[in-house]
Amino acid sequence: MNSALLVNIFRFIMLLAIQIVIFNNMNFLGYISPFPYILYIILYPVNSNKAGLIFSSFLLGLTMDMFCNSGGIHAAACVILSYYRPYIFKFSFGLSYEYQTIKLNESLTPERFSFILVSVLLHHIVLFVLEAFQFKFFWDVLLRTLFSSIFTIITSIIIIYLIKPNKR
Amino acid sequence: MQQIFNFIIRNSNRLLFLLLLGISLSLTIQSHSYHRSKIISSANFLSGGVYEKINRVNEYLNLRAENDELVLENARLKSLLFNQKDTTKAPLADSIKGVKPADIIVSKVIHNSYNTHENFITLNSGERQGVKPDMGVINSLGIIGVIDNTSPRYSTVVSILNMKSRINAKIKKSNHFGSLTWNGKSTGYVQLEDVPRLASIRKGDTIVTGGQSSIFPEGINIGTVDIVYKKENTSFYVIKVKLFNDMTNLGHVYIIKSKDREELINLENKRKEKNE
Repeated sequence: MNSALLVNIFRFIMLLAIQIVIFNNMNFLGYISPFPYILYIILYPVNSNKAGLIFSSFLLGLTMDMFCNSGGIHAAACVILSYYRPYIFKFSFGLSYEYQTIKLNESLTPERFSFILVSVLLHHIVLFVLEAFQFKFFWDVLLRTLFSSIFTIITSIIIIYLIKPNKR
Repeated sequence: MQQIFNFIIRNSNRLLFLLLLGISLSLTIQSHSYHRSKIISSANFLSGGVYEKINRVNEYLNLRAENDELVLENARLKSLLFNQKDTTKAPLADSIKGVKPADIIVSKVIHNSYNTHENFITLNSGERQGVKPDMGVINSLGIIGVIDNTSPRYSTVVSILNMKSRINAKIKKSNHFGSLTWNGKSTGYVQLEDVPRLASIRKGDTIVTGGQSSIFPEGINIGTVDIVYKKENTSFYVIKVKLFNDMTNLGHVYIIKSKDREELINLENKRKEKNE
């Protein structure tokens, strides 16, 4: 139990650091940058404390906002994603997900992929809608969401496989 | 009473969610109005410090570009020194009319964003160096933005690539005024709005800062006219301006202290009080 907490704190700090140092500077085509820091919310243990998840993802988003000068958009997107995570689990893994032991960092099945896809899309849509904040950017928001989501999913899957714990 | 407690305990996650969502949404709305929240900005010690560390590494990667820029500026300084009547060259930061060299703070960009609709730049000088909100920021090529928040050691700048920014500008040869805005699309271009149709404008004309703003001195370079549009149902032009600056690649910048600013604001306030 304690080691799970430590792993989560470590993940929180490492993902934020990687995001700020590397991925925030990856302005592909001028405006596309991936946001793999939300892996923290995606990889959070399934049956652990939900209030803890919501609060820690709020802190995660707030730290990102501080570094991006963006008010509260990352915080809002992260809080929404963390609150609706159980529903996405239900959508991707079926109703009885709580009784299964879901481990995301194993071989990529369609269920796991659809979970990552839906989570990333939800987060990015909220993020870019709040960032634009005006209706006249509708197509711009859609385009940014689409391209950034593709990049986030690719980098997320790569990171999941890189930090996969060794099996003995 | 018991039922209220039960309700709170049963819905604790939902209540926590709504509370935190409310906080973050209010921060978002605050950031979209002009006066921004002071806490969540990259001018604080944590993010400013981290950005400075990152910038120290990045500086090595940009040494070549920075050197080229310095060589160019040196060449221009020398040309000014040797033939002082050369007026075709762009004005220098410390040879701006009405600004003494002592009124300029040299600073360095430690973080630059240009991929959102509202972009901010972080500089590594703050209140200790005398930086205050609403000072103008330029570099050797043209204007960059206006100081937004300051902390003891860092400050953030509202970039001209920010949809909230409005800067008074004019056409150099004809003195017609307009306000400079950004439509959120390309990092190389900004828009000059509300220019009267009486003005004769050609592609390639230079756009400089106007004298109406108390932030920038008059006549600092901005860019050249690229395309002129007619705004429907009005008697105004909208001009697409190609910037002299590459806003995606900024190094050292100059912050302009405007001493007349307080006097000007006081004067205007006095007039307003009289009217009331």
